[in-house]
Amino acid sequence: MKCQQCEKPATFHITELTGEKPHELHLCEQCAQSYLTQNPSGGMPIQPSLAGMLHHQLKVADTAKELAKLDEQVCPICGISFYEFRNQGRLGCPHDYTCFGSELDPLIVNIHGDTQHAGKHPKHHQQSSQDQTRLIQLHNDMKAAVEKEDYERASQIRDEIRKIEEGQS
Amino acid sequence: MRGSGPESDIVISSRIRLARNLAEFPFIRRCTPQDRKSIEKMVHDRLQVIPGFNTLYYLRVDELAHVDRQFLTERQLISREHAEAEGARSVAIDNDERLSVMINEEDHLRIQVMKSGLDLHSAWDQINEVDDQLESKLSYAFHERLGYLTACPTNVGTGMRVSVMLHLPALVITNQIEKVFRSLQKINLAVRGLYGEGSQAMGDFYQISNQITLGKSEEELIGQVSGVVPMIIEYERKARDFLITQNREDLHDKISRAYGILCTAQTISSEETMHLLSSVRMGVNLGLIDDLAISDINKLFVETQPAHLQKLRGNELDTAGRNIERALYLRRYLQDRGKEHRDERN
Ligand SMILES: [Zn+2]
Ligand SMILES: [Zn+2]
Repeated sequence: MKCQQCEKPATFHITELTGEKPHELHLCEQCAQSYLTQNPSGGMPIQPSLAGMLHHQLKVADTAKELAKLDEQVCPICGISFYEFRNQGRLGCPHDYTCFGSELDPLIVNIHGDTQHAGKHPKHHQQSSQDQTRLIQLHNDMKAAVEKEDYERASQIRDEIRKIEEGQS
Repeated sequence: MRGSGPESDIVISSRIRLARNLAEFPFIRRCTPQDRKSIEKMVHDRLQVIPGFNTLYYLRVDELAHVDRQFLTERQLISREHAEAEGARSVAIDNDERLSVMINEEDHLRIQVMKSGLDLHSAWDQINEVDDQLESKLSYAFHERLGYLTACPTNVGTGMRVSVMLHLPALVITNQIEKVFRSLQKINLAVRGLYGEGSQAMGDFYQISNQITLGKSEEELIGQVSGVVPMIIEYERKARDFLITQNREDLHDKISRAYGILCTAQTISSEETMHLLSSVRMGVNLGLIDDLAISDINKLFVETQPAHLQKLRGNELDTAGRNIERALYLRRYLQDRGKEHRDERN
C-alpha cells in the first residue's frame, strides 16, 4: 500500500476515532510523523482543576468586591465558607449545593454540560433535600445536647431523626 | 487480575465506582473525628444485617500498619488517598476481591466493583445491586434535581466513574497513542497513564474513564466507555499486526531481551520491571513467548510491587533491598513457570 500523501510505502496505519466511524489513514513514516504532530498541544491531557475553573468563572462574573462578599458566605449547616470551598475544591455538606447554588450551578454546567440528573434514584429512602438538611441539623443539635448532658433533649432529637429517616415526617 | 474475561489480551480490567454520602452527616472534610467514628460504626453495623454482606472482610484502615495499607493499594482495593488519610476509616472487601466498599474516603462511601477483561455490564449489574442493598439500610444524600450529592461537584449526579484499564504497547511503539488520547478527550473521556516516579507512563497501561457524571444515566455513561473500547482494541491489534508483519525480527528481539533481563537480573527497579513485563505481555499475546500465560504476567505486575515484596519477605526493605528481592522473585517465578511449560510439552 502506498502512502496517501506521497509515493512512499505506507507503514503507518492510523485510525481516527473522532468521527462517527473510525476513519483510516495510510501514511509513510514521514507523513505520519507530521500528521501526528500537527496538533502542537499534544501530550497527556491536563485536566482543568476545579479551583481553576471556579477562578475563571468568578473572574468573569464578579468584581473583586463582590467576590470578597461571596467568599464570606457560610453554610448554616456545616459552617464551610465559600472561600474554603473555592480553595479546597470540596464541599462541606449536602446543603452546600443549595446554599451556594447560584455559584455552583454554572460550575456544574461547565463540568458536566448539564444540571439535571438522569440516572437512578434511591428506592427506599426518599427524603426531600429539606429533610436531609434537617437531619444534619438534628445530628448537630444532638451532639450539643449530649455535650450538655441534656439526655432528655437528646432522646427527643433521636426520635425526630428516626421519624425523618423512616419517612414519616 | 486473572488475565481472563473478554478481550483480556488488551483489556486488563473493568471497574465501576459509585460515590455515596449519608444524608445525616456533613461531608468528610467537615466531619469531626467523632462524626467519622459514628459513620464508620453505623455503616459497619448496617452492613452486618444485609444478607451476603456479613461475609465481607472488614478492615479498619487507620489501624493497619503502613505496609498493609500499601498492600491494599497495590491490589487496588483502596485508593492511595484512603491509605494515607487520617482518622477513622475502613474498607469492606469480598472473598474474591472484586467488590470493595471504602468508608470515609473523600465521600462517606466509595463502592467499587472490578472485573477481569472488558466486562462493564456485569460490573454494573453487581454494583447496582450492592448499592440498592446498602441504600435499603442507609439514607443517601440525594437531591431531586442534582442526583447523588458528593463532596466534589465533579462526581455529582450518578456519582459513577466507569473505567477500563488497557494495555496498548503497539500504539505506544508506533507513536499513535497521543492520537488516541486526543480523540477520547474530544468525546469527554479521560485518559490516564500509569505513572512511575518520573512522568513517564509505566508499562504502556492506560485507563479510560468517563469525565461527566451528571445528565446521563448510568447505562448511557457505561455505553459511552464500552462503545469506544472495541475501537481502541481494534486499533491496537492493527498496530500489533503491523509490527509483526513489518518488523518481526526487531519486535521478537525486543521482547526476547525483555524476557531475558527479567529471567536473569540480580537487581531491578519496579519501573524497569513494568516496562519489561509490558513487552513480555505483548510477546505472549503474539505467540512469540510460549512458556508463560497472560495470567502469569498480570500476577507478576501485582506481586513485584513494594508492599507485596515486603510481605513476601516478611520484613521491611529499603529501595535497594526491594530491587534485589524483586529480581530474585522474578528469577524464581519465571524459572519455575518455564520449567513447568517445558515439562508439559515433553
Ligand atoms: Zn508519505
Ligand atoms: Zn454545608
